[in-house]
Amino acid sequence: MLELRNVGYETDDNKEILHDVSLTVQERFVAITGPNGGGKSTLAKVIAGIYQPTSGQILLDGVDITHMSITERANLGLSYAFQQPVRFKGLRVKDLLSLAAGKNTSVTEACNYLSEVGLCARDYIDREINASLSGGELKRIEIAMVLARGTKLSIFDEPEAGIDLWSFQNLIRVFEKMYEQTRGSILIISHQERILNIADKIVVIKDGQIEKEGPRSEILPALLGSADASSPACSVLADKVEGVRS
Amino acid sequence: MDAIEKNLLKEIAELDSLPVGAYNIRANGELAGRNTTANIDIVTKTDKPGIDIYIRPFTKNESVHIPVILSQTGLKDLVYNDFHIGEGADVTIIAGCGIHNCGGGNAEHDGIHTFWLAKNAKLRYVEKHYGEGDGRGKQIMNPTTIVHLAEGAQMEMETTQIAGVDDTIRKTGGDLAAGASLVVKEKIMTTGDQRAVTDFNVDLNGEGCSANIVSRSVAKDVSKQEFISHINGNCACAGHSECDAIIMDQASVIASPALTANSVDASLIHEAAIGKIAGEQLIKLMTLGLTEKEAEDQIVNGFLK
Repeated sequence: MLELRNVGYETDDNKEILHDVSLTVQERFVAITGPNGGGKSTLAKVIAGIYQPTSGQILLDGVDITHMSITERANLGLSYAFQQPVRFKGLRVKDLLSLAAGKNTSVTEACNYLSEVGLCARDYIDREINASLSGGELKRIEIAMVLARGTKLSIFDEPEAGIDLWSFQNLIRVFEKMYEQTRGSILIISHQERILNIADKIVVIKDGQIEKEGPRSEILPALLGSADASSPACSVLADKVEGVRS
Repeated sequence: MDAIEKNLLKEIAELDSLPVGAYNIRANGELAGRNTTANIDIVTKTDKPGIDIYIRPFTKNESVHIPVILSQTGLKDLVYNDFHIGEGADVTIIAGCGIHNCGGGNAEHDGIHTFWLAKNAKLRYVEKHYGEGDGRGKQIMNPTTIVHLAEGAQMEMETTQIAGVDDTIRKTGGDLAAGASLVVKEKIMTTGDQRAVTDFNVDLNGEGCSANIVSRSVAKDVSKQEFISHINGNCACAGHSECDAIIMDQASVIASPALTANSVDASLIHEAAIGKIAGEQLIKLMTLGLTEKEAEDQIVNGFLK
């Protein structure tokens, strides 16, 4: 179980990004949603250890990990799929899958992970993680790495972004299968209704604070219920459309 | 051959025992072993140190190993090796130089390799440089490679210098006739106070010929590297050079790619990038459970692979 107690995060120039966030993650799927710029990705980075919280405490299965490094947290069983995957000149897909799995992955194993995310493995295992891969391909490889790790807590930052019509249904199947294998919680930052639809718990973050949280049955209807453009989900969509236009 | 020499041989030519096919092993300035085949002849030069290697036209799938090893301190070895690759041949040549210097004097090997590829000949040339030894003396290597490619000839050159060479000036020159192609892949890593200079000069003389020079390097500690390339397009041809360097610690890297077009149909491109390891790359690998140092090693090894 992951527990955040009154977590706050301020940037070096004293801008407050997260304020007094308290949250537990022990369900199968927990979705974090909310408007852009609300602090969702920052929260994921604070959990993964990329940013150190400026106040509060983070516990993983009762162990205080607040001041642990990224590496220590990873070794305790935390995985994190980036919103924008990183490219590496020279490192191949197979290399990263092996590093993720913590052992030399066989071609068959690598193929399994890649097939799960809808990539034809033979075409990919020897490819470099460089500019020759598209954003969508990188995103799927990023998800495959978390699969290869199989840890007790997996965080996905907008896994659907850049994923084409291979589609949500498959992505959701990946999450379900991952849970079957690891029995670990999956924390997903997403704007997508179809992903929110599988969440056991939904957390809405706005202006660096938890605006509301609860079971899907409670939160989702309020997010989607009215066609009113002022509802958070619609305003998020409106944000995105604006973003695309600009 | 003693254990040190055997180890050098393994490092530069991945040889545990004598190679299959043609070979010429030079140890401490002397011939230490030679084998020729029906299609490949190796002849010692009479006017200066070195050998001539003759590969018959249309020889296919054969290889030649020509490693050089130095394990005596204070020795300066200079050789001229000429390679004559017959028309339509398709072969691999594996060269390399390993120096083990544990004395106080410098050990130096300067190899001047000249290649003549006849019409439609195809050559893969692999060259590996390696130095070791804890003496005060330096390991110095100054390889010069000159290639003459006739019509339709193809040469791919892989050159690697990963460890232990204190000082090196590597010169590569070439001229290409119509339809010929030259690909050079260079990998260099310098550490400590090592210095490495690479200097390419390629003349694209024949219609439709092409050259592609790709250099990847890592400079650590206080080492210094310089990459120079001149591609001269004298006709309808294609030339590309790419220098990609990772700089670490207090190292310094100079990249000077130059292009000269003497024809409106010459298509020439150069790319040069020098930078440190991106922070997000380190972070990504740390989220997979690697320490920062392990992440750095993975990135460097991958980059030079």
